[in-house]
Amino acid sequence: MNVINEMKICFDSKSCNEAFARSAVSGFILQLDPTIAELSDIKTAVSEAVTNAIVHGYSNTIGDVHIKVQIIEGGKVIIQVKDKGVGIENIQQAMEPMFTTGGSERAGLGFAVMQSFMDKVKVTSKPGRGTTVTMEKYIMPRFSARDSI
Amino acid sequence: MYVQVILSQGELTAMLLGDIDHHTAREMRKEIDALIEKHHPTLLRLDYSAVQFMDSSGIGLIMGRYRLMRLIGGTVLVCNVPPHLKRLIDLSGIGSLGVLEYKGKEALK
Repeated sequence: MNVINEMKICFDSKSCNEAFARSAVSGFILQLDPTIAELSDIKTAVSEAVTNAIVHGYSNTIGDVHIKVQIIEGGKVIIQVKDKGVGIENIQQAMEPMFTTGGSERAGLGFAVMQSFMDKVKVTSKPGRGTTVTMEKYIMPRFSARDSI
Repeated sequence: MYVQVILSQGELTAMLLGDIDHHTAREMRKEIDALIEKHHPTLLRLDYSAVQFMDSSGIGLIMGRYRLMRLIGGTVLVCNVPPHLKRLIDLSGIGSLGVLEYKGKEALK
């Protein structure tokens, strides 16, 4: 696995940073010349993972949310969203569609969206220590106009 | 401003503007719910035509308003969902609530 580029950001778990987080990740991924649909999939998945960290990981406190994005040779993107919040007791239950501890305004679809919009999603968590969500997506290489000349 | 509203003959139309995430959904919800509580509309129409991006908070917003409108004996319709949001709407299964308004070609399907 040859990492050809990498970026890391860390920000406060404030909901106003959700837009920043997905924009930062999509900005970094632009170098792979993704389609609008691929970019939108990634933005949506990142938004879900970051919201989980803010709403569930840190609930009513402010902590650090870490995002690491790696671009792997061949077009694979690995995105890691990490918090040091409360962690998840039962990961399997948390990943079930419609399961939520976030109240009536949350759809309980976060993990279902991540799994549907990304190629691979892995969750590791320790109660009291935090949660890490690692997602992968392969960006299809496209021939640009320059290549076809 | 996150929402543009029109109130006419007991119908409340809320056009949602920009991105819907957990942060903006909260603001949209506040604006819409205040109007529902004040005017008790019989129909709430959520217009998604000006939504550029949304995550599952956009689904939660529909579910929450659906519950609220049912409490006061009204209904919710979600209209003008742009193509780029269809996948998330389909994934959510929210169509089974009967809240999606289809127009033109799609109605024939």
